[in-house]
Amino acid sequence: MEIIMAFVIGLLFTAAVYLMLSRSLLRIIIGTGLLSHGAHLLILTMGGLDGKAPPVLTDGVTDFADPLPQALILTAIVISFGVTAFFLVLAYRSYQELDTDDISAMKGGSEDDE
Amino acid sequence: MKTNDMIIQFTAKIVFFIIFFFAIHIFLAGHYTPGGGFVGGLLASSAIVLLVLAFDIKTVRTVIPVNYTTLIGIGLLLALATAAFPMFKGDPFFTHYFDYFTLPLIGKTSLHTAMLFDTGVFLVVVGVTMTIIQTIGEDE
Amino acid sequence: MNNFLLLPIIIPFFFGMILLFGQKSLRFQRGGAMIGLIISFACAVALLFKVKNDGVQTVTFGGWPEPFGITMVSDMVSALLVTTTLLLAIFIVWYGFNSIGTAREHFYYYPAIMMILTGVNGAFTTGDIFNLFVFFEVLLMASYVLIVLGGTKKQLAGSIKYILINVISSALFVISVAYLYSVVGTLNMADIALKIAEVNQPGIITTIAVLFLLVFGLKAAIFPLYFWLPTSYAAAPPPVLALFGALLTKVGVYAIMRTYTLFFIHDLSYTHELLLWLSVLTIIAGCIGALAYFDIKQIIIYNIVIAVGVILFGVAQMNEDGLTGAMFYLIHDMIIKAALFMLIGIIVYKTGTTDLRKMGGLMRSSPVLGWFYLIAAFGLAGIPPLSGFVGKLLIAKGGFEAGNLGTSIFILASSLLVLLSVIRIFIYAFWGEEQPTKPILSKKQTTQLFIPTAIVIIISIAYGVGAEWLTPFMNDAGKTLADPSIYIDAVFKGE
Repeated sequence: MEIIMAFVIGLLFTAAVYLMLSRSLLRIIIGTGLLSHGAHLLILTMGGLDGKAPPVLTDGVTDFADPLPQALILTAIVISFGVTAFFLVLAYRSYQELDTDDISAMKGGSEDDE
Repeated sequence: MKTNDMIIQFTAKIVFFIIFFFAIHIFLAGHYTPGGGFVGGLLASSAIVLLVLAFDIKTVRTVIPVNYTTLIGIGLLLALATAAFPMFKGDPFFTHYFDYFTLPLIGKTSLHTAMLFDTGVFLVVVGVTMTIIQTIGEDE
Repeated sequence: MNNFLLLPIIIPFFFGMILLFGQKSLRFQRGGAMIGLIISFACAVALLFKVKNDGVQTVTFGGWPEPFGITMVSDMVSALLVTTTLLLAIFIVWYGFNSIGTAREHFYYYPAIMMILTGVNGAFTTGDIFNLFVFFEVLLMASYVLIVLGGTKKQLAGSIKYILINVISSALFVISVAYLYSVVGTLNMADIALKIAEVNQPGIITTIAVLFLLVFGLKAAIFPLYFWLPTSYAAAPPPVLALFGALLTKVGVYAIMRTYTLFFIHDLSYTHELLLWLSVLTIIAGCIGALAYFDIKQIIIYNIVIAVGVILFGVAQMNEDGLTGAMFYLIHDMIIKAALFMLIGIIVYKTGTTDLRKMGGLMRSSPVLGWFYLIAAFGLAGIPPLSGFVGKLLIAKGGFEAGNLGTSIFILASSLLVLLSVIRIFIYAFWGEEQPTKPILSKKQTTQLFIPTAIVIIISIAYGVGAEWLTPFMNDAGKTLADPSIYIDAVFKGE
């Protein structure tokens, strides 16, 4: 199971890096989304994938799964949701303002507005 | 351009309530089972987004006259108040209290202060999502 | 258990929420922000003395037993940093009253400031590695808002790079925490330190140490990860720039300081040697940048990079002198960077340009500004008895003790380059022929800007002259950093 996860995470990171290296802002944002998905899966894998019983609710279970990774992942998902949403708004605004979503065309920026 | 969106408008009016009540259900279910403020909030805002899609932002604003940034503020204050309340009792920050109550109609229910915190989360999520949708959707 | 240490985090948060309402009333916004800051500052000072008298303060959320709940720990290091943060925030907000522009003030400027302070103070105080990530995100989210606020083209272009780099570094942070968790099975920083001591730092821990250096180095702008800093910071308006320059990179420096004195202390010859050489390279890169530019914002921004290098050099020595010096220098740098960014902000508002070659003769029109700038510049370079001196002296002393002769001398010599880079601003902007200017703000407004700036510079002078009085605090901080058992014992015997 860990091997499969390792490949999935690796694939996500590869795709994320590929997308983030492109020039279109939208692709970059999708890339950051994939990157955080990969990171979340990594937490899941690092917490152990041994399929034990759920940690609370049932009495008499001695072999618990670790409850912490899911809490971490949930927190990280919420945060990446917020950041991605903000990033999308920003990308849209700058597309309106700068008339391009090509990140290399935004280079420098003019000095006159301040 | 004038499009005929009769069907979606009619459906949205009904489906909005289905999604919204499902959101409330998910929110309350979070007490013991998967669910909670975040998911519930997302669902609730998706219901509002459906209305926005079917009609337009102006109409929706007259129907639901809520300032979403205020909603964020209220939600965060509620969450902070729940977390900070134990400080006045001399317990550590974020201590939660719970007990069983017998309520009319429902019967024996467990009430938990985490629920109030989650209400705050619910409001914040709806507020943030709708603010973002409005910011992008406002200028055509 | 002591909830008091949470107040410097909760109060800015509370006021930030209150200020979300009533965006229309300028008086409410400004007054609310000021009152909030002053109350939190008072709490922070009280906390500082409490930590001095009673030792490290801890609280674990929800009353959970120690390694399981989220612990907040206020030792001397974090208490000092929190106090400095809030002190500077008061003056930067005051400075902003006359310069940030009412459009921004009506658009969530003050809530964002309050949120950034919540995040910074939280990051300084937390004793849980994942919670550190959460507070990092809080301060980053607020900083994204602040950096794009106003939405000029330059800001949009600069902020996209800033956000992208931080999103990537956040993902790396999560990854590093995941690796660390898989090895030690805990997130509580004191518990991590214990568990790492048990496993005795095999190769995997060293790898994780380097990963953490990568993550925090990206935030702290160390070599070779500082490339994003100049373009994105230059996009921000002066008050925001002062806030970022004084606080944000310092959070990354603090995180490196904390992890490298608490967790990764069993393979010094690799991790701290790496840190040492990276800090030297950081200083070199910063000096090159600071000397190469004719843009005053860029010169001071590159000086942030230099200071980060100096502080981390102190951390890399891993002895009490070096660490005390690093603390001294860290606080000095927060104050002096705030002062310098406020000063060059005034220069930009007066001349309407950031290009040194288009300035000149300011000495004639505003002599007081010139002399205060000179004092700040000398303070930055560490000329005794000004504020940078003691820290740098202790760092060099720590370096000699640790046997790093050559590099310590290099650190001292780098002061000369720092001095040269800031004196260039003095020579170009204040001496020479008067140049035609197109002021952005009126004379009256820039005078109002000058009052908070002057106070910050006076604080920095007091910090240098009164170093004797501060030494007990700094020694405490250095001791806590040099001896992790103080921190660990405080967390586990906090009750």
